Amino acid sequence: MTSSVVQAPAPLPPSRAGRESAEANRRRITRVALYLLAPTIVAMAIVVAYPIVISIINSFQSDFSGIDPKTGLFQQGGFVGLENYTNWLLQQCQSGGKTVSCPAGTNESQFYDSVFATFLFTVVTVALETAFGMWMALIMNRSFRGRGILRAAVLVPWAIPTAVTAKLWYFIFATNGVLNTVLGLHTLWTADLWASRWAIIIADTWKTTPFMALLILAGLQLIPEDVYEAARMDGASTAQQFVRITLPLLKPALVVAILFRTLDALRMYDLPAILTQGGGGGGDATTTLSILVVRELRSHIDSASALSTITFIIIFAVAFIFIRLLGANITGSEKKARKVAKEL
Amino acid sequence: MRKAMRVAAAGATLALTTLGLVACSSSGGGAGGGSSSGGGGTGPITYVQGKDTSGVVNKLAAIWNQAHPKEKVTVKQQSDQADQQHDDLAQHLQQKLSDYDVFSTDVVWTAEFAAKGWLQPLTGAYKLDTSPFLPSVVKTGQYHGVQYAAPSSTDSQILFYRKDLLGSTPVPTTWDEMMKDCSIAKKANIPCYTGQFAKYEGLTVNFNEAITSAGGTVVDDKGNPTLDTPEAKAGLTRLTTAFADGNIPKAALTYQEAQGLSAFETGKMLFLTNWPYAVSAIKTDGTSVVKNKFGIAGYPGKSAVGGHNLAISAYSNHKATALKFIEFMESDQAQKMNIQVASLAPVRSSSYTDASLTQQFPYLTTLKASLDNAVARPISPYYPAITTAIENNTYKALTAAANGQNPDVSGTLSSIAAAIKAAGTTG
Repeated sequence: MTSSVVQAPAPLPPSRAGRESAEANRRRITRVALYLLAPTIVAMAIVVAYPIVISIINSFQSDFSGIDPKTGLFQQGGFVGLENYTNWLLQQCQSGGKTVSCPAGTNESQFYDSVFATFLFTVVTVALETAFGMWMALIMNRSFRGRGILRAAVLVPWAIPTAVTAKLWYFIFATNGVLNTVLGLHTLWTADLWASRWAIIIADTWKTTPFMALLILAGLQLIPEDVYEAARMDGASTAQQFVRITLPLLKPALVVAILFRTLDALRMYDLPAILTQGGGGGGDATTTLSILVVRELRSHIDSASALSTITFIIIFAVAFIFIRLLGANITGSEKKARKVAKEL
Repeated sequence: MRKAMRVAAAGATLALTTLGLVACSSSGGGAGGGSSSGGGGTGPITYVQGKDTSGVVNKLAAIWNQAHPKEKVTVKQQSDQADQQHDDLAQHLQQKLSDYDVFSTDVVWTAEFAAKGWLQPLTGAYKLDTSPFLPSVVKTGQYHGVQYAAPSSTDSQILFYRKDLLGSTPVPTTWDEMMKDCSIAKKANIPCYTGQFAKYEGLTVNFNEAITSAGGTVVDDKGNPTLDTPEAKAGLTRLTTAFADGNIPKAALTYQEAQGLSAFETGKMLFLTNWPYAVSAIKTDGTSVVKNKFGIAGYPGKSAVGGHNLAISAYSNHKATALKFIEFMESDQAQKMNIQVASLAPVRSSSYTDASLTQQFPYLTTLKASLDNAVARPISPYYPAITTAIENNTYKALTAAANGQNPDVSGTLSSIAAAIKAAGTTG
């Protein structure tokens, strides 16, 4: 950290006194940096760290340990170790004092279905948004009249609050709504198994492609024009220019954009909750992990804490894979940028 | 410059830390103020209920405030979604906050809230006389033999039918008769019947109605599932057969109350079971083409009991005032205003024989007929898990039937029973 704060290209070997004052200088700058960061650290500790820690502590406890047969009141629960986690991961439920495999209709039985739904949405929406976003960014990168207006107009779907978007698409996808009438279909968009999933994918792609387009556009504008000139002089076709020049030079920005979108999509809650209420197919085709957490909160808070910790770990693992394997450089560190550039 | 930066940074850190501690402690202070037994005194109270679009609750609050200047009531309205109302109450009561004194609860929440110790039992100093009220409604406020909530408004489903299409055919009084009349719908080329079959609480209501109308029960009074009876099987089979035959349209899988009502209003449904609020909606909605072509009748079978009760928070500081407010909301004057302004059915038995009311609201007699036969949904502190179990499995079966596949009725019922067992019983 200190090496990136103080860059000292010393043309002369520093004298002993000079070296000591450079050291003191570095330490002073570090201390000032810590002071300036302290307010943010405190705010993050309160808003981020405290709820996460409490949630993890809660996930090892149980709300209630049964009902007192005399009064009918719930009795206080206590520490139960990893029981909440095994309930979700191994789909076990307590029934009449015994541990059984969770029957259909309980929230636990939907765990793996929602993992599948969450990853399905993530992979498909991020792929579609990257493709469409790249296409839109390439168009917006050229200079033509009205480019400013086009850029502003493209951003409108992203600017509309998600809840409003979800209600909008809910009416479009209604059984006697606009889409069915215009296309002459009778599809139950919010009730059929794959129709409901495609409904969510369509609505999410419409909403978030502008975000990807703008991030990719920012990356595109960093590529100097003379590289393309040189390639054209060497006789490269448009496709070759795209694959050999644009994509590699775009890779840092593209990977960061994909990482952000993937993490967002893994946490998807409001769109499926409002558009299909997590329903479709047998009733839970579009239930994502976050929807399942909110449902579980209604009956067992500690079990919901365990599920949200599991979700947190899954998303953390995905982000870790992105940063390690794909070299996403989210801190902008120069060491990393040099390493990635060497690979090109 | 360096010193100024350091001072500014230290000041910001201090301010944020203080802010955080104050925010955390103020909710703790509220908890400290409301001890687990609360206070029995008198004083200003806060009344909480779901969104009131008719304005009746503000009128009632104004009447109360004029008569009780030292014990004014502040009305807080929540969202109009039942699930969000439930969560809002649960969050406040879990923190043992004393800011909600008396609140309106859906009839299915009584057991859950009572078992978690959030409700003040209406016994001893807080005893309420329940004799003037309909017995089935009083029962919805009881848990484990103790009265925890007082009746406020009641509701039950009634049958809406197209007078012009039925003509001289007698109005059906049972499910089988209604299904036989579906030939009239086929001739008129419209769907025959719908209730509420989307995957939400309304599906549990319709499931309850189907099972109990066929003579079965969903749970016994200990909360154990009783779905392995031939009556329960017959009840669910009625629904799946109707979907398979097309008597209930496939689109009904997406219908909550509003969508089914819309289908009926636009002339695209012969029979509809819905709550009585729909009566004035059909007469006044702009899109309604059946304003003078519809009739109402008692539910063809046993309908479910809906409605709301009033409960006192266990952590309230002014429980005596809360009790008096509940008695005011149940008085003849308040109940009359409820039905006149908000179409909320009264809970006093005498209201249903009051000629002035029944003349003004003819659907009251129909509603009473449904209420006399109505059966409550399962009363259990594990109700959220029970309704999830019923919704999920029933929806799967109905979807399969609507798509022409085998709905496996016995399998569905045993899954529901297993899921109810896994949720726990009060035994």
